[in-house]
Amino acid sequence: MTSKPSMLYRISGGRFGRPPAKPETGCPGGCGCARAVAGGSGIQQTTTRRNFLRRNFLGFVGVGMAGFAATLAGIPIIGALFSTPARSEQIWHVVGEVDDFPVDETVKVEFVDVEAVPWSGPAARNAAWLRRTDEESFIAFSVYCTHVGCPVSWRAGASLFICPCHGGVFDREGEVVAGPPQSPLVRLDVRVQDGDVQILASPVPVTGERPS
Amino acid sequence: MNQLRRPIEFVKDRLGFETLIKPLDHNAPPETTEGKSQWAYIFGFGILFSFLLQITTGIVLATNYVPSPESAYESVEFITYEVRFGDTIRAMHWIGASAMVILVLIHAMRVFLTASYKYPREFNWISGVVLLYLTFGMALSGQLLRWDQDGVWTVMVAANFAGRVPFVGEHIAQFVLAGETVSGSTLTQTYALHVFILPIAMVLLIGLHLFLVTYHGISELPKAGKPVNPETYKQEYEEYVEKHQRPYWPQGIWNELFFGGLVVTIIVSLAFFLGPRDLAASPDLTDLDSQPQPDWFIVWYYALISIKPHGYEEVFLVYLPLGFFLFLLILPLIAGKGERHPSKRPFAILGLSVVAGLFIMLTVVGLRAPWVPDYETEPLQAEQLGTQDERILEGARVFHERGCQYCHQVHREGGEWGPDLTEVSTRMGSEQIAVRIVQGIGNMPAYQDILTTEEVDLLVEFLNEVDELGPRADE
Ligand code: FES
Repeated sequence: MTSKPSMLYRISGGRFGRPPAKPETGCPGGCGCARAVAGGSGIQQTTTRRNFLRRNFLGFVGVGMAGFAATLAGIPIIGALFSTPARSEQIWHVVGEVDDFPVDETVKVEFVDVEAVPWSGPAARNAAWLRRTDEESFIAFSVYCTHVGCPVSWRAGASLFICPCHGGVFDREGEVVAGPPQSPLVRLDVRVQDGDVQILASPVPVTGERPS
Repeated sequence: MNQLRRPIEFVKDRLGFETLIKPLDHNAPPETTEGKSQWAYIFGFGILFSFLLQITTGIVLATNYVPSPESAYESVEFITYEVRFGDTIRAMHWIGASAMVILVLIHAMRVFLTASYKYPREFNWISGVVLLYLTFGMALSGQLLRWDQDGVWTVMVAANFAGRVPFVGEHIAQFVLAGETVSGSTLTQTYALHVFILPIAMVLLIGLHLFLVTYHGISELPKAGKPVNPETYKQEYEEYVEKHQRPYWPQGIWNELFFGGLVVTIIVSLAFFLGPRDLAASPDLTDLDSQPQPDWFIVWYYALISIKPHGYEEVFLVYLPLGFFLFLLILPLIAGKGERHPSKRPFAILGLSVVAGLFIMLTVVGLRAPWVPDYETEPLQAEQLGTQDERILEGARVFHERGCQYCHQVHREGGEWGPDLTEVSTRMGSEQIAVRIVQGIGNMPAYQDILTTEEVDLLVEFLNEVDELGPRADE
């Protein structure tokens, strides 16, 4: 079934676009091929191929050069665009002195993510939930809900971490007690050194381990 | 008259005007340019107009916006309060974005209804679907540029969603955040996305989309019992439009111009009267009491993952939305021919109704967001309860202080996630209530280790009585 000339050709009255290849040539490869067939009738095939190569030499050079240039320019462009900073070293953040924290109270601690770009401004400030369990030991939780990362809030009265986004609730040990989250709050490492409480906060939310 | 005509002729001739509009000057199916049915074909133009408006207002915003984490929020405040018409411009950009999302969805629905995505217009549809996603991408990235609490947390959620995509998730998430967490880089990169990358992609795709519309011609209204047959379709289409001789230019464009104008008029008037979306608090990742509100077009997702049945986490969070996105994209490749008329495609129409219904339902539920705890709720006072009974009042205080009221209402005060407990005594006995509190059930946490026995008793007494008490005003 031969189709009618394409609409664009028809509406343009032939003034832009070139006429569609005549179906009779039976050659889907376009004009180069069509010409090669026409010129090659009765001549040995090797000649045809050489002719074809010679005729299209500049074509190959042109396409090759353009492709090469695109790749060349593309490598740094794509590379820079998708560069993600190397996974930053985890650092111990001092969040206060041991005696700042009453036993058995869950409190918010703040620290500045020193690995962030210097102009991060407010975005460099991070927080964690910290509870002193006895004289010497602490536990700390990431503030990011294990569902999809909203900030969980410690409600002292209810003794629960409550997520504002989709109703996730965690108990004071970080275990899920209600809502869609499936894994407990991520624990952060805490240590006491020279009377300072230090938290090892990795850049948490998305790429942080998700204990299941 | 001649005097006037000459310059017009001059311009026409030298600018090649006739050729310029040639792509529009072809015969179109008559039903697309006249009669009632012409109004089914206007949505694309509405989108185009609102897109142009978005570009314009976006440029105006960019002249004052500072994409730096230190100053972005303040510059948005500056635009809102200091720049002349600044709040209107912001409102136009925000309402225009909403209008675009709505119109894109309607447009897609119309095309699906008439199955215009079938042969030979597969790429009209595919480019359109990509444009739909880019529109959502613009809406999402625009949210972050407000650089307030809502925007920041929404991107966090988006990154978490991306992070769960199998295999490449981690990389997408890192790309979305431009790092491993929200930081200064997130803002600058999102700015580049929102202002350069996505709009350029959209302009190119809109070009392709429009070219394809003129190239394949506007799809005719489907007729039942006349399936698309790739062998004959093009020829039949040509014969059909040639027979009727109804050129698209200029008759076909009037109603579309009208609609485009109407859309812009509505956007501007709404912007004028409603004003921009309120800025939430300035971004502070250490403010853990914030309750981020996503913009409305993403609320369906919040609702979906909140009210989904328990379990099937990854399915609902990731595979379902992702599968649906993919399905839309390849739809014309799997259903490229056959019947177009809705009456012959019962399952397609059923599917469309389900999806549209779900979208609306989830959005409505999501905007109410009953699962969001009500931190602001106030304890019920003696006057409200109309009693001076010490123990009841103590119970009311515990009910509030221990967080019951975040999720449970009593006399219309409190959150909505759990059942209203005003009349709980008619459903459960004291014993049952106590057990429920202590052991929890479903989404009700067990309060065993949290409450003292005394507090449980107080709560039970309070809940037993509260039905009888209550605001006098109610009666
Ligand atoms: S992010 Fe916490 S429940 Fe969804």
